[in-house]
Amino acid sequence: MKGTSVKKNKSSWGVLPSIPYIAWMVTFIIIPLGMVAYFALTNAQGQFTLENIARGGEHMSVLLRSIKLAAIATALCVVIAYPLAYILSRKQGFQKQTLSIMVMLPMWMNFLLRTYAWMTILENNGLINKFLSLFGIGPLQMINTQGAVILGMVYNYIPFMILPLYTTMCKIGNDVIEAAQDLGGSPLQVMAKVVIPLSLPGVSTGITMVFVPAISTFIISKMLGGGTNQLIGDIIELQFLGNSYNPNLGSAISLVLMVVVLLCMSIMSNFDDEEMEGRIL
Amino acid sequence: MKDNILISLKDIVVEFDGQRILKGINLDIHDEEFVTFLGPSGCGKTTTLRIIGGFVEPTAGDIYFDGKKINGVPPYKRNVNTVFQRYALFPHLNVFDNVAFGLNIKKMDKKVIAQKVKEMLKLVGLVGFENRNINQLSGGQQQRVAIARALVNEPKVLLLDEPLGALDLKLRKEMQTELMRIQKSLKITFIYVTHDQEEALTMSDRVVVMKDGEIQQIGTPQDIYNEPKNAFVADFIGESNIIDGVMYEDFEVEFAGQAFKCVDKGFAENERVDVVIRPEDIIVGDYETSPISGEVESVIFKGVHYEMSVDAHGYQWLIHSTQSQEVGAHIGMNVRPEDIHIMKKMEV
Amino acid sequence: MRKSKWFSSLYVWLVMVFLYAPIAVLIIFSFNDSKSRNTWTGFTLRWYQELFHDRVIIQSFVVMMVVAIISSIIATILGTLAAIGLSKMNKKLKSIVMTFTYLPMINPEIITGVALMLLFIYLKMEFGMQTLIVAHITFNVPYVILNVLPKLKQMDRNTYDAALDLGCNSFTAFTKVVIPEIMPGIVSGFLMALTYSMDDFVISYFVSGASIQTLPVAIYSMTRRRVSPKINALSTIMFAVVLLVLLVYNLAGSRVEKTGRRKQGGDR
Repeated sequence: MKGTSVKKNKSSWGVLPSIPYIAWMVTFIIIPLGMVAYFALTNAQGQFTLENIARGGEHMSVLLRSIKLAAIATALCVVIAYPLAYILSRKQGFQKQTLSIMVMLPMWMNFLLRTYAWMTILENNGLINKFLSLFGIGPLQMINTQGAVILGMVYNYIPFMILPLYTTMCKIGNDVIEAAQDLGGSPLQVMAKVVIPLSLPGVSTGITMVFVPAISTFIISKMLGGGTNQLIGDIIELQFLGNSYNPNLGSAISLVLMVVVLLCMSIMSNFDDEEMEGRIL
Repeated sequence: MKDNILISLKDIVVEFDGQRILKGINLDIHDEEFVTFLGPSGCGKTTTLRIIGGFVEPTAGDIYFDGKKINGVPPYKRNVNTVFQRYALFPHLNVFDNVAFGLNIKKMDKKVIAQKVKEMLKLVGLVGFENRNINQLSGGQQQRVAIARALVNEPKVLLLDEPLGALDLKLRKEMQTELMRIQKSLKITFIYVTHDQEEALTMSDRVVVMKDGEIQQIGTPQDIYNEPKNAFVADFIGESNIIDGVMYEDFEVEFAGQAFKCVDKGFAENERVDVVIRPEDIIVGDYETSPISGEVESVIFKGVHYEMSVDAHGYQWLIHSTQSQEVGAHIGMNVRPEDIHIMKKMEV
Repeated sequence: MRKSKWFSSLYVWLVMVFLYAPIAVLIIFSFNDSKSRNTWTGFTLRWYQELFHDRVIIQSFVVMMVVAIISSIIATILGTLAAIGLSKMNKKLKSIVMTFTYLPMINPEIITGVALMLLFIYLKMEFGMQTLIVAHITFNVPYVILNVLPKLKQMDRNTYDAALDLGCNSFTAFTKVVIPEIMPGIVSGFLMALTYSMDDFVISYFVSGASIQTLPVAIYSMTRRRVSPKINALSTIMFAVVLLVLLVYNLAGSRVEKTGRRKQGGDR
């Protein structure tokens, strides 16, 4: 900031107004992350060490499980959300508005309550099993399984896939689709040659917005996975708010998680051609 | 234009949201014809075009192509191609791939495709543009890519939905000539939609004038201009003076307080009619001796002619003349019998 | 054509059922006359009554609102000023600042929460209202900037110059011309910050400490114990509020749109 020369146009304001925020940003965004990196790479005495990361490696299976479940959930979100976003984007006027509100509404409900609701449905004496018992089936073990965790992830994060997909698809004008039909494209060909290529930025945004929270959640795994399906988020939480306070290990695992997330995002950014402001909601 | 009928619309009705957009369209379109649908916004001309393209299903009525009924046949199965109003080019493809799109769908041989695309780009004057990004092209260039993309599929009919609307005047006139040339050289039918009557008169073999979902008149540009069937067509095409008149008897009409000889007949005795006179047909003469006299209210130089507004007999007359008059001058006006057009009063 | 329309309607309704089934279950059982989560015994409103007498819930609701409102106001001020300065930055500096600004939005919430927790421990801050507000401001400002910056971009520069031309000094021109024009962005930024603040769980969970909790954190403890249908009652109320807000917001928005469309006139 100090090193840059600010061109002062005498009839315009300068960059001065942003200084309070920049100071805030350094204090409360940059420094804390720096502290995570510091704790990750030092031991209790403050010496540089890679020990924490090595110890973090003991939880590799948990990390892999987190990646796997998040990836499956993300893929499911794409598959379910894509047709919905397309159908919605082709609608007009009142119907379009109403349906978009209806799709967005669950998103604004409290996340914890939505997950809690699935607990009551999937429990061993929950609604589904009660229904099945009428036919003499079950009870099926649905809760406390990986499937339940994936279901929770899909349910909670699918609006974040629908929204960017829908936004991108709305930009595909009807005339471009009609042009493709006019030139001989059957519905399937139009989808493959025009809609899918043009919707890719939305897909990549959606993937990022689902995968990142999915891989780092600890609530869904606690509530729907029981104690046996721990994810990396649970492990991190334990280091900071569990019985033993272990900031070094916790920070190390957080650092690894951040690297994984950054990797995913840089891969996805290859499909993007929009500015960040447009991406995020 | 050939004699055989290529497309036939019979009693086409389109209803949408409780509104009647097309109220019964009957129309025959010939092979190798340049026909234009002309009318104001909301008259139904684009809807009629889209019926032919297959993007709108008629609520009632039938459409025939080459003798076969094609109601319900989707666009991708019709031997018709469209040039869309805002071009609808594929943003993720370059010029070559845009033009080749339809050929790729048909799974033609790559070499054949390259050949055809090259020829088409030459036809529209875009040689060398193959690898260009669509976003880098000007409006006129995008227009020509859209035309090339449609024509390369060798359709029997090309539909054009107000394609020149977004271009500036000079470019628009150039493209009008281009399109006429292309149509003649390829010998296919062009169906053109516009609200610009000058454009319609310049380019077409026949013009279909529409209003409120109904066809008002079909005819050659000369017919429409010189023998408009009703006041709407007369008013829409070119500029006209429309005055109340009374037909005394065949070949004689009264308006502006004077009796005139005219060339129309077939009206009832003393029937009230609309009298239509083109501004360029009014002869300015001596105040004392001319049948109509009035005061000049305004004179505007239009380059090609002077446009004058003259107050005479309670009506504001429009005169186009190469001679200017002074504002406030008292002038006389006359008109030849063959330039007086009589038509039935429009029902309100 | 008709077959595909039928199919797509079916698909949309299936997805809707999936989205709303759990919510419907919550709502229905909020009226259930027993603590059972799966057997219906009768209609009652007593869980709603118990909810309004639950001190913990009421307190956490108040905490949440106070934190949300204070942090949103401060975030709006900071963010608007930041956006104003950002609009004048050169590309390089701007992209650096923007990257760090959006970091809390992109980073997993747990990492932001943990990082702030470490900072507060190091600064020996007391975990409570202050740490909550600081944390909320931190993740709220990006949303404000997100809303104000585009409005600044859209704004015609000439209006500011016109004000100067007509005799205002820099500051007056600013307050009389620029601020009113970007006001919609400021308001929507404020509302967005408010919403995210009220909805936040993870970050609040890490920085609130043991003594105070926001409503989402309180809900978390409730769901861990999962005893009473009071949770269902709370869900139903929250759902009704959200529904109302969304309806009002969209209806108000569409009325503005309709008047705009009427002025444009028809096509075809």
